[in-house]
Amino acid sequence: MLGTYITFPELLIWIPLLAGILCFFIKEERAVKAFALIASVLILAVSAIALFYADESKYPGYNQVSYYWLKYLGNAYHLRLDSIGLLLSFLTALSYPLIFLSSYKQPRENAGKFFGLMLLTQAGILGVFSAYDALMFYFFWELALVPAYFLCSMWGGERRVPVTFKFFVYTFTGSLLMLTGIIYVYMHTPERIFSDGTSAMHSFSYSAFQAASLSAKEQGWLFWLFFAAFAVKMPIFPFHTWQPDTYDQSATPVTMVLSGIMVKMGLFGLLRWLLPVFPEGVAHYGNVVMWLAVIGMVYASLIAMVQDNLKMMVAYSSIAHVGLMAAAILTQESSGLQGAVLQMFNHGINIIGLWIVVDLIERKTGVKRISELGGVSHKAPALTIFVVIIGMANIALPITNAFVGEFLMFSSLFSYRILFAVLTLVCIVLAAAYILSMIRKVFYGEMVSSVKSITDISLMEKIALSVIVLFIFVLGIYPQPVLQFTESAIQALALK
Amino acid sequence: MSNMKLLILLIPVLPLIGFMITGLGRNVLSKSLSGFIGSVVVLASLVISFMAFLQVRESGSILATYFDFINIHNLHIAFDFFIDPLTSIFLLVITGVGFLIHVYSIGYMHEESSKDFSKYFSFLNLFVFSMLLLVIANNFAVMYIGWEGVGLCSYLLIGYWFKNPEYTSAGKKAFVMNRIGDFGFLLAVFWVISRLGTTSFSEVFTAESLAKLSQSDITGITLLLFLGATAKSAQLPLYTWLPDAMAGPTPVSALIHAATMVTAGVYLIARSNVWYTMAPFTQGVIAVVSIATMLLAASIALKQNDIKKVLAYSTVSQLGYMFLALSVGAYTAAVFHVMTHAFFKALLFLGAGSVIHAMGGEQDMQGMGGLKSRLKITHITMLIACLAIAGIPPLSGFFSKDEILSASFMKSPMLWGLGVFGALLTAFYMFRLYAMTFLGKFRGSSEQEANLHESPLSMTLPLLVLAGLSIVGGFIGIPEAIMSGAHQLGDFLAPVFAPSAKLMGPHTVSHNTEYILMAVSAIVAIAAMIVAWNKFSKYTIGNEKDSAFGTVLRNKWYVDEFYEKIIVQPLKSISRFFNNTIDIKGIDGVVNGVGSVVQYASRQLRYLQSGQIGGYVLLMVLGFIALLIIQLFL
Amino acid sequence: MILFTIGVVGVLIRRNAIIVFMCIELMLNSVNLLLVAFSKMHALSPVAKASPTFASDAQVFVFFIMVVAAAEVTVGLALIVMLYRNTHSVDVNFLNRLKY
Repeated sequence: MLGTYITFPELLIWIPLLAGILCFFIKEERAVKAFALIASVLILAVSAIALFYADESKYPGYNQVSYYWLKYLGNAYHLRLDSIGLLLSFLTALSYPLIFLSSYKQPRENAGKFFGLMLLTQAGILGVFSAYDALMFYFFWELALVPAYFLCSMWGGERRVPVTFKFFVYTFTGSLLMLTGIIYVYMHTPERIFSDGTSAMHSFSYSAFQAASLSAKEQGWLFWLFFAAFAVKMPIFPFHTWQPDTYDQSATPVTMVLSGIMVKMGLFGLLRWLLPVFPEGVAHYGNVVMWLAVIGMVYASLIAMVQDNLKMMVAYSSIAHVGLMAAAILTQESSGLQGAVLQMFNHGINIIGLWIVVDLIERKTGVKRISELGGVSHKAPALTIFVVIIGMANIALPITNAFVGEFLMFSSLFSYRILFAVLTLVCIVLAAAYILSMIRKVFYGEMVSSVKSITDISLMEKIALSVIVLFIFVLGIYPQPVLQFTESAIQALALK
Repeated sequence: MSNMKLLILLIPVLPLIGFMITGLGRNVLSKSLSGFIGSVVVLASLVISFMAFLQVRESGSILATYFDFINIHNLHIAFDFFIDPLTSIFLLVITGVGFLIHVYSIGYMHEESSKDFSKYFSFLNLFVFSMLLLVIANNFAVMYIGWEGVGLCSYLLIGYWFKNPEYTSAGKKAFVMNRIGDFGFLLAVFWVISRLGTTSFSEVFTAESLAKLSQSDITGITLLLFLGATAKSAQLPLYTWLPDAMAGPTPVSALIHAATMVTAGVYLIARSNVWYTMAPFTQGVIAVVSIATMLLAASIALKQNDIKKVLAYSTVSQLGYMFLALSVGAYTAAVFHVMTHAFFKALLFLGAGSVIHAMGGEQDMQGMGGLKSRLKITHITMLIACLAIAGIPPLSGFFSKDEILSASFMKSPMLWGLGVFGALLTAFYMFRLYAMTFLGKFRGSSEQEANLHESPLSMTLPLLVLAGLSIVGGFIGIPEAIMSGAHQLGDFLAPVFAPSAKLMGPHTVSHNTEYILMAVSAIVAIAAMIVAWNKFSKYTIGNEKDSAFGTVLRNKWYVDEFYEKIIVQPLKSISRFFNNTIDIKGIDGVVNGVGSVVQYASRQLRYLQSGQIGGYVLLMVLGFIALLIIQLFL
Repeated sequence: MILFTIGVVGVLIRRNAIIVFMCIELMLNSVNLLLVAFSKMHALSPVAKASPTFASDAQVFVFFIMVVAAAEVTVGLALIVMLYRNTHSVDVNFLNRLKY
């Protein structure tokens, strides 16, 4: 049945879409939670199975599908999961159960809407990772963002509405610039002839975009149009100011989706669209973007050092990590790309872990200021162990998963330009400084009054965190399978 | 997998298993059980290390490859182990001293709750695992795992008593400073990768690899690796974490901050000896840094009253000696000193631990004195250790120190002179410590006096073993001048340093010169010892007046304050500036500014919407007329 | 043109809705008059000869406009009546509620 009637990418998009819509109609909170969890586990199962059918020569048509849709525009409903897409969709599928598990105990108003929107977002994200037509890509890009706006503005902190508005303006401006770019490229694509003999003037297909006749100058400014959307999403300095506020104000599950997965949409955009479609633009302006990324890294790390708000600190640390990935991708060198893709996966896992613990601290003590906390480890030793492990993964200690990716990325940056490696490596020192001071101030020392009555973590949370820790160590000690999995797709992108 | 390969894998893995058992079972294991497991795994590693040592002695180095760690298009890093004479010496020292300290800890930590006790042993095992991985790795990447791992364990163990914010802050300081070193280490590794495309030790030091490296490559790489080493081995300017690290339990100080981890930098340079021999500039830098560190730390140790602080600065100073040896190309001497230092410094720390234990946690030497009669075994073993570190013949410290000094004499007599001055200071502060602690009258409270007791067997036994090693440890490296062909360590290590030796060419001092050198350093040490003995055996609180210079020394040359002022504070100010001014006011300000401009403009424009229909029509008419004019006349 | 201008000025300066309305009618009719006049004037031109319907086009337009004007009068007057019922006034300046 698989591969003939239905394919993995379709399943991965339709299950969350339908489940999300169904969620809107379930009234009872517990039922919604259970339903959403089951749906997300189902998606995880599908995506895990899909990993085994990655080899397209052996299993043709399992991960690829193409229907006619909006034919007169030269568009097709063309989905295809290559190995990078598969890896990232697995990350997405894996994150959702973890997110749902970790907040299972937390009461949620309007649960039906909340989980419905969450699953719709997931459908959009999975679509982004599998779209092979530019129009489809844009469609899914917006499908992922629109529910996210609602999620940000309807649940969260007091300042959520203005903050979401800022988020909306930023991302929407980016998206529209990208749409302009898409249309411009589309106008320069050759005729598309479909297999049934009909044809359209131009084409939205991925291959047509790569073949579009664009001068170097056009590629230059189109590069920036596309980059605007991706840069806002990642975010790259100086397009980042929406992010700390949004992360701080949104409900934590939403923040996890934003920081763990949606950030990867931007990076994935670089890999899938920017590098192959505008090679000359990248050659010309890639350097500028790398400078931005590297400056942003140092800048964000420094700011993270003085943050008193836990969530803000994590947000800035995430900006620094993403900057490294973006810079490594733009080296277009195979070890940098390999490292970046591996790190995209690992960063998703680690940051979700970090948010889970930050959220737990905030939920248990009602405080998110580092200076107002202290001695948590007296009451919650298990939580402390998880924090130390995840914190260490966040600063890329060896045998945690982040190390391998960062090692490869630093290495490629070094051969690209030594100064970049020097500047980015400064950040690992800074990262150690702020993560450890956070751990020291929050977990060690004397107990403060708000900590006195807290309890250690519950079973559900333990399961979620244990899964994360398992991934941290397994991929830290034996990353080779993942590297091998994505190798061929990455070789196609690398310059040398 | 062949038997030997599996056994070698077990050397680091056994402590890892111990870590997992004691770590995960911390809620169920009893104290004696977790202590037993923790010690026994290290003992097993010791046995296997010894087997590996014999094998290496018999039939040369062993290489064991396990799996691909990273294998991509242009970079291949295997997870492989490599045991050559250098590694096997380090393995023996780590597991040997490590085992003794595990045993000692069972006695020392017995007051902890069983949960914390297991936690302590699991950390200790994890440390041994990381340290073994560091020395057994066959490439820089896997070595880096151990390199960071020991830093992590050091962090965890320094902050073991996590309720005290000062302790945890010391742990953090250690970790962050080590990270500065890692910065250099990693840059060096990337440099190697970008030039050679590999990190494997069996490939990067070969002649054809060396041919691919230019002189500036080698100088750069060696300097960066040295930066890594300065952090890990507490050299200037990154040494300040080590004295603070004394916040951890005393056995930890003995194992990590004296015997093993801090010598990782020495190992790193000894491992890359070919590069260093080829980089005279780096050697010069190391010489300057090591001499400066040695003298600075020794001078600080003169005025410290905390027994562990004295030992900590002494460690920094002794590490300076090792680097001095490395800088003059005397790699064997450096490893020799690592070994003897591991024995007597571990012994000193454990002895100090025994004293502290007896004194009920008191670490200030002003409150001690006269413990000679009460702690007999501790006293004897401490005396041996002090004699050994002071370089009194024929104890182990004499031989290793002498070898370093004579090697530096060959390079330049000035280095030798400064080295001997350092030896003088060493003898002085060590006997100050000895005299203040064990001689004179007891100066503590009567309550402490009533509780004075010799430590249990699990603590004194390691002391005795280490004392024995401190006495005889030097005999494996008897200099050529005294007995020909008796430098067994040198012969054993010769293959590792052969390429360097070939580059440097043969040069030795005459036997007569060497006799004079030995005599001078021994006499200087004995003289300093006698002065200190006399001066401090009659010590009473307050009779030690501080001159202006003494105050500077007591305050450790104000180095910490200096760093705080010129690095930490400015960095924080910059961060705050970035956060408050650039991020919030600058970038966010621009973004919000764009929003406000749009809002302002629309607010102004809406006044046109007056509701007066006449107005609208007028505008419409004017618009038409304008269009008409444009159409017809322009 | 004069009629048209009178209509425009009327719309601009008068406040009585009914008079404004009448002025609009005036403008429409002035256009009608123009259309008819020009149609007659150009009927003999060479351009018109080329196209068979050209001469009558303008007159057809007039009918269109008259129909539209009739429709507009019905709607407009109905509006004014409703306005008067609600506000007891037909002063357009009084009706300035639809603003910022």
